[in-house]
Parts: sequence; C-alpha cells; structure tokens
Amino acid sequence: MTEVLVVVDHVDGAVAKPTLELLTIARRIGEPSAIYFGGGDVPAVLAEYGAEKIYQLDDAAYSDYLVGPKAEAIAKIVADSSPAAVLIPSSAEGKEIAARVALKSESGLITDAVDVSADGGTTQSVFAGNFTVQASVTKGAPVITVKPNSTTPEATAGAGTVEAVTVDISDAAKGAKITASNPKEASGRPELTEAAIVVAGGRGTGGDFSEVEAFADSLGAAVGASRAAVDSGWYPHSFQIGQTGKTVSPQLYVANGISGAIQHRAGMQTSKTIIAVNKDDEAPIFELVDFGVVGDLKAVLPQATEEIKKRKG
Amino acid sequence: MTKIVVAVKYVPDATANRSFSSDNTVDRAGVDGLLSELDEYAVEQALQIVEAGEGEVTVLTVGPDDAGDAIRKALQMGADSGVHVNDDAIHGSDAFATSLVLAEAIKKLDYDLLVFGMSSTDAGMGVVPTLVAERLGIPAVTYASEVTVDGDTVKIRRDGDTAAQTIEATGKVLVSVTDQTGEARYPSFKGIMAAKKKDVQEWTLSDLGVDAAAVGLDNAWTKVDSFEPRPPRTAGEIVTDEGDGGTKLAEFLASKKFV
Ligand SMILES: Cc1cc2nc3c(=O)[nH]c(=O)nc-3n(C[C@H](O)[C@H](O)[C@H](O)COP(=O)(O)OP(=O)(O)OC[C@H]3O[C@@H](n4cnc5c(N)ncnc54)[C@H](O)[C@@H]3O)c2cc1C
Ligand SMILES: Nc1ncnc2c1ncn2[C@@H]1O[C@H](COP(=O)(O)O)[C@@H](O)[C@H]1O
Repeated sequence: MTEVLVVVDHVDGAVAKPTLELLTIARRIGEPSAIYFGGGDVPAVLAEYGAEKIYQLDDAAYSDYLVGPKAEAIAKIVADSSPAAVLIPSSAEGKEIAARVALKSESGLITDAVDVSADGGTTQSVFAGNFTVQASVTKGAPVITVKPNSTTPEATAGAGTVEAVTVDISDAAKGAKITASNPKEASGRPELTEAAIVVAGGRGTGGDFSEVEAFADSLGAAVGASRAAVDSGWYPHSFQIGQTGKTVSPQLYVANGISGAIQHRAGMQTSKTIIAVNKDDEAPIFELVDFGVVGDLKAVLPQATEEIKKRKG
Repeated sequence: MTKIVVAVKYVPDATANRSFSSDNTVDRAGVDGLLSELDEYAVEQALQIVEAGEGEVTVLTVGPDDAGDAIRKALQMGADSGVHVNDDAIHGSDAFATSLVLAEAIKKLDYDLLVFGMSSTDAGMGVVPTLVAERLGIPAVTYASEVTVDGDTVKIRRDGDTAAQTIEATGKVLVSVTDQTGEARYPSFKGIMAAKKKDVQEWTLSDLGVDAAAVGLDNAWTKVDSFEPRPPRTAGEIVTDEGDGGTKLAEFLASKKFV
C-alpha cells in the first residue's frame, strides 16, 4: 500500500486531537506515516492511532524559524516516498506548510477540507458555509489541509516504526526568525475548535462574560466570542469565531447577544444544533436556530444554568 | 525610502448572495464586487509604514476589468500608483497560477516590502502570500497582527493558537496582515479627487512573459467537481422570555440529550 503522510501537530509531545483525526482519515487512502518534528521519544499515541511509520526530524531550525525549514523537510520526504496524499492540520501554520510543500512538489493543494474520501477527493464548506463543494487534485499527490472535527479518531495499532530523518536546510528557508514566543495561558475549558459544545458571547454581553462562562461551564463547553466582543477588548482574539477567527462545527452552538452577521456565520454555520439568546426578535441569528429565546441574556442564562445544575444533580 | 507593493483582490460582496458560474468557478458577474475588506487592512498598514518614514505604495491586482475598482479604492485611501494585470487567459486560475502572475508582476516592480491581506474573502485559502514568497525566494510572515519596520528589518507580532510570537526578517520580506492590525481609513474627499490623477498601469500576460498555458481554469492543479447550496435550515422553535426563558432553554437542551 502507498504511504499517506500526516504532519503531526503537537506541543512538547502532547499530540493535538486533529492529528489523530488525520491518521484515521489517512487509513482510508493508504498506509499512514506520521511526520514528527521534535526530539525525545515519539509519542506512543501516533502508533496507537495507526501510524505504520514515523519520520522523526529533530533540529533546532524547525523551532527557531517560521515554517520554511519544516516545508523543505516535508518536501524531501514527499520526493523520497511518493505518497498517495499529504494531510496537514488546517491551522495558519499548517496552511503555510501545505502551500510551500505543494509548490515544491508540484502537487495540487486543497485547504480547509471537512472530509476526505478514499480516492483523495475532498468536501469543503465555502461562502460562509452556504455551499458545500466537492473538489479534487489533478496534479501530483494531493496536499490537503483538514479542519478539526472532520472525523472521529479511531484507535488501531500501527507498527510505529521510527525513522530518523535529517535534511540539509537551505539558508533561504531560514529568513524569518522567531525571536520570542509567549505561550498562551490555558483557559481550563475544552479547546474551541475541538469542543462538542461552544457557548459564545457578543456585544450583547455588555462586556461582562460571567453569565456566558457560568452557562458554558454547566455544559462543559468551550467559550467563544464575536468580533465585536473581541474588538472591545472583552475577550482575547484567540477565542473569536468567524471569518477572521476560528471556524467551529460543534454538536451544539449557543450564540448569546450576537446578531449573526455573515462574517460571524462563516465560523459557526455548520454547527449541528444552533441556539440563540437575543433581545431583538429580528436579529438575523434567529434564521439559523433550532431553538431561540427572545430575551435578555442576563436573565435567561443564569436561570438556564441553575436549571441545568439541578437536572445534573 | 521604503518601496511597498500591496496585493489586493477584487471579490464578490460577501453580504450578497454569492454563487458559482456554470464552469464551477466563483461567479464574479452576478454579484457586485469590491476591494476585499481584508485587503483594506493591508493598504492601511502600508500607508502607515510610509507615513512613519518615507516611501511609496503601489497597489497590484490580478483580475478582470472591474478589478480596477479595487485599485481605485486603494488609491483613494492614499496609495501612490496602481498596476492591474488583466488577461482573459487568467480566468479560473488556481492559487498557484495567481501566485505566478503576482510574482512575475512584482519582479517588474522595484520593492523593499510586500504587504498582502491575510486571506481573500471569496476563495479564502490564505495561501497566495506564502506561494508568492516561495516563488520570489524571500521570507514570508503571514497572519501578522502588528508590523513595524526598522531600517531593513521587519518585526512582526503573530498571535498563534498556542503562543504569541515575535518574528524578525531582514531584506526583502513579504507580510500578510490580519484585521487585528487596526481599522482601515475611509477615503477622504481630497483622497478621492487626488486618486483621479494617479497612474494605473495595465499589464497583460505577455507584458510579464507568462505563458497562457501556465494559468487559467484548464491548467489548474485542482478542480471543483460539484457544488451544492446548503439545505435551508428548518425553522426552529422561538420562544419569548416571560420569566421562564432559561427554564425552557434547559428543557430543550435536555430533550436533545445535551444535559
Ligand atoms: C472583514 C471582516 C471580517 C469580520 N470577521 C468577523 C469574525 O471573524 N467574527 C465575527 O463575529 N465578526 C466578524 N466581523 C464583524 C461582523 O460583521 C459583525 O460586526 C460582528 O459579528 C457583530 O458582533 P455582535 O453580533 O456581537 O454585535 P452586534 O451586531 O452589535 O449584535 C449584538 C446583539 O446583541 C443583542 N443584545 C444586546 N443586548 C442584549 C442582552 N442584554 N441580551 C440579549 N441580547 C442582547 C442585540 O439585539 C444584537 O442582536 C467581520 C467584519 C468584517 C468587515
Ligand atoms: N487576484 C489577486 N490579485 C491580487 N492579490 C491577490 C489576488 N489573490 C490573492 N491576493 C492576495 O493574497 C491574499 C490571500 O489570498 P488567498 O490566498 O486567495 O486567500 C489576499 O488578501 C491578497 O492580498
């Protein structure tokens, strides 16, 4: 079987869930090989989720510079292994790696896939989630970036044979140097793009997210925000949902004090169940909902939180 | 003297009903177009950099006749001159072909710094900046939320998912900027009048020495096989809070097994 390369996303060896989703998708197409940048022991979880081979690349260049060195290394592995496809997580870094690898390998590129089939065909959601598109690559091994939550990770043991790879990195790839990196504080809540439930707040919170957060915590949900809330400095940008923030596609999305502008919809419209709480019964968000409450979130959310706690006992 | 080239895209209005043409490309005729809102931030950053020192801003677009509107808007905001690459053979180009045309056009222009938007509001791949930099062999820093220029060093702050990074690059550099860099200005009356006298060059593929067989729909490395509008959502249940809205919300959640 031909190899399918999966670029691993991890922080200090803690592998992100979307990588496990990619390994699961890779098995539909061929034999998964993981590409792991970092030293020490390779995380066991990669083999547990089906990686037959694990290319390990350990060099300071990969963390000292932006993606140039990683892209050169992956392109070399692509040239040597002639894979059936290359799967990369759809993050800012992932897309940049994908673009460079695709151009170097003269392979077609598809970004932000929400599903990938056995023949490498992809499904994407475009125009703010208003259209679903089937697309395929016509040249080379498809390079595909895949959104989080595109499939449920399934454990299946793979051989996990580690192969150390060293690549001579060109000076040209080292043009953008990372001079400082400040890790973000963890919120203690589920990761926004991976969460099964997302509770978001907008301008209607008036700057106080406490009701939104308490409601989210009663459901074990992640908290998100509209751009209006982020621009007002009420919530950090990394929690913004929409065109210029994160795309989420959870089982349940609850929009509180959010009007439902097209740019916001772009980031949440594919959620399975949608609920809104808004004072204005004409807010466009109500066009999307399965359930809506016309009312003040400052009254509705605390009551809902109490009721949920009571039911959970 | 910093010479900046800003790449801007003319896109269908995101608030209109966007769709596809019969050849599965983005319908650019049925919907009014405009300068991509996300590229306004790129124009703004370029203007601010020049205003803080000395320099010149050229806006560059690749697109059909109407794309001249995107250039005009940028000139009204304060850019100095424009370049419009317009050639029927470019229709339906993928990101690789677009980046090829942009890179060849940029090679003909004198530049120190390239500023791009973080992503277009139609295709929204966010990869054209990286591809152009890769083709030109210069460093790229994408998704910058803050840009400062100090001599020939560009410093960028980038807010990533797991960390906020500071990145430095020297020499010719490409940056793509997010909407976190700061609101774009509106054209002033004076700016609108001044724009009428600014120089806009029209280039075709042959001016760039790009072979028509390297671009366009037939030469794309990817293809859209089919598209389908999202099925309309069935109208949901909407209740008005009469003191029990929260309880009803919890009941709905319980009925759907979320509680
Ligand atoms: C290029 C571009 C990119 C953008 N990207 C994004 C993006 O990524 N994400 C994003 O979200 N937006 C984005 N926007 C902005 C978007 O257009 C809207 O401006 C934004 O989503 C509005 O946020 P909001 O719904 O919180 O605020 P508003 O539109 O002001 O809505 C607030 C809502 O709260 C309701 N309300 C007020 N008080 C209460 C209360 N006490 N209880 C209940 N309801 C109340 C009001 O009725 C109203 O409907 C972008 C815009 C542009 C131009
Ligand atoms: N046709 C084009 N003409 C000029 N600039 C473009 C064009 N397409 C993309 N760009 C630039 O590349 C950025 C990212 O575009 P994209 O990769 O399509 O999301 C945009 O914000 C523009 O700065």
